[in-house]
Amino acid sequence: MRQNIEVDALARVEGEGALYIRLKDGEIAEIQVNIYEPPRFFEGFLKDRYYQEVPDITARICGICPVAYQMSSVQALEAALSVQITPQMRLLRRLLYCAEYIESHALHIYMLQAPDLLGHDSALSLAAVAPDVVRQALRLKKIGNNLLRTIGGRSVHPVNTCVGGFYRWPDVQAIRSLIPELEWALEASKETVRFAAGLAYPEFEMDYEFVALTRPDEYAIYDGEILSSTGKKITPEEFEKSYIESHVQHSNALHSHTSDGNTYFVGPLARLNLNFEQLRPAARQAAEEAGITLPLRNPFKNLLARAVELVEVCDVAIELCRSYQPTGTSHAAIQLKNGEGAGVSEAPRGLLYHRYIVDEAGKIRFARITPPTAQNFAQMEADLWQFAPRVIDLPHEDATLACEHLVRSYDPCISCATHFLKLTIDR
Amino acid sequence: MSKPKVAVYKFSSCDGCQLSILNMEDELLDLADAVEIAFFLEATRRVLPGPYDIGLVEGSITTPHEAERIREIREQVRFLIALGTCATAGGIQALRNFTDVADLAHTVYEHPEYLHVLETSTPVAEHVKVDLELWGCPVNKYQVLECVSALLQNRTPFLPTHSVCLDCKRRGTVCVMVANGTLCLGPATRTGCGALCPASGRGCYGCFGPAPGAEFATTARLLQGMEHFPGEAALLMRNISGYAPEFRSAVDMLLEGGKS
Repeated sequence: MRQNIEVDALARVEGEGALYIRLKDGEIAEIQVNIYEPPRFFEGFLKDRYYQEVPDITARICGICPVAYQMSSVQALEAALSVQITPQMRLLRRLLYCAEYIESHALHIYMLQAPDLLGHDSALSLAAVAPDVVRQALRLKKIGNNLLRTIGGRSVHPVNTCVGGFYRWPDVQAIRSLIPELEWALEASKETVRFAAGLAYPEFEMDYEFVALTRPDEYAIYDGEILSSTGKKITPEEFEKSYIESHVQHSNALHSHTSDGNTYFVGPLARLNLNFEQLRPAARQAAEEAGITLPLRNPFKNLLARAVELVEVCDVAIELCRSYQPTGTSHAAIQLKNGEGAGVSEAPRGLLYHRYIVDEAGKIRFARITPPTAQNFAQMEADLWQFAPRVIDLPHEDATLACEHLVRSYDPCISCATHFLKLTIDR
Repeated sequence: MSKPKVAVYKFSSCDGCQLSILNMEDELLDLADAVEIAFFLEATRRVLPGPYDIGLVEGSITTPHEAERIREIREQVRFLIALGTCATAGGIQALRNFTDVADLAHTVYEHPEYLHVLETSTPVAEHVKVDLELWGCPVNKYQVLECVSALLQNRTPFLPTHSVCLDCKRRGTVCVMVANGTLCLGPATRTGCGALCPASGRGCYGCFGPAPGAEFATTARLLQGMEHFPGEAALLMRNISGYAPEFRSAVDMLLEGGKS
């Protein structure tokens, strides 16, 4: 018999969320990805803080992707203050971002999503039957964390990023010494693509509007323009005109739509579909050898896109470690002034937008943060409306697991999404 | 003997302390061997019934539901460890404790009536008895490991409480305050991070909370005298660990312009 699907606490996601699919007369009547992670008032806390405190505070929005929060916030503040960073600083920021991708993608591929595809509750139970797979995952994760630590001091909430660049150039020898392990990671990533291509994904496709950063010259992660699969391309400053948020009752996070009222999809699948041409040869070759054909429209295959990206970031990281040769000051001088600026980067789980207004004393007057998961919530619910009817007649545990898996495939970061709140305080 | 059961809980937080557990890449599988991971939603769907021998609690208490849940958890857990500065001092969320949250909610949200939040973000110990507090934003994973190992070996964990200054001396880091005039909370902050910020050429911002026995008022006045931006010293102390009583009263003293 058909039954309601009620998952009071989603496992293997960051933060606290629930999933409810309620039936009426045997038909699906209500679907909620319910966010009960408590609201967190970050935009409020940022007001009246000095600009240089912002990257340390926004990092605390998410322990899994603190670098993403730091990178979007420093770019927004540098735009507001008309600060130019040097090419060397930008390269080091890209390297720091690669490190976060290695850590976060290895975690999600092997420890959060793959257990669903392999019939396990966790990577720990998987380790009992496939210890080599889990050990490889842990080694990859560790390589990402070591790179984070070498640049940022520690892997969770690194301390070296500042508005204008970095507090200090990391030691050249320390960076170079990571290359052998990164070379191993590149090979392990290629193996990860083969592993990911060999998994049996639930068959499900949606005609998504994909949205991701794009650049002509590289696979965009750190910066770029915002491209939609509809062909629309905008600058970071135009984001809020095209992507609108609203507050819904069952959620402590806002939900996003395009200005045309459509749901849209951010994250690995969006990036890969929109920017495949900009991948370097190693990642492109890994994808082609694994028989990946674009566009990928199956949300479960976010995992596959993550695997291809893992190859890309390992490959980029090796090059950046080799060429790292800092000269001169590690941070640009800041001239205080009134200003407003937007900054966008690609967090591992999708596009992350920040906007700030600063005053002539260097204090934040206004902050707006739009995290990726908040943008994906409406899409997740739209997916479930299509997906749930297909699985609702399965045994209850299987139906529940299938719907949970769909949500997990987005790598939702629920902690992040709950402070995605409008700030209009004016005192 | 059956393995001790460990439960890991999340309250209002960023997940960073739980991630610090998953970041024990070299130790995680051994740890999972030594104890029974009975409840850890970030890592596994599998939930074993309580009671549990060790409970690790990440996050602060910010909603009526959380206030209720922490009491239920206390009943289930024999040895409760508050994990990280949210759990030990209310964390960054405790910045709300210095403003009017009712006001904030009404101006911040489109529909504040949908929200159920408490006026304050408070440490676990304000709600239930805590057996051990582990500071840090995030916690140091080796301190987590030390605590679990000590419990397994029935000994007291070794958790030093000196200030960050001593760690700088040990690392050979030149003092950023003396050499560069950079504001640094190191003299008042508990060890645990490895003195990362001064090693990066910047000042400590206190994420491991107050160092027991430090000179809080003296440090606050010293920092105030070095300010490059008005009010900088108070903001530095009223940040991630700002609700810890020692930092709270030092900032109150600065804001009152007092000479206590």
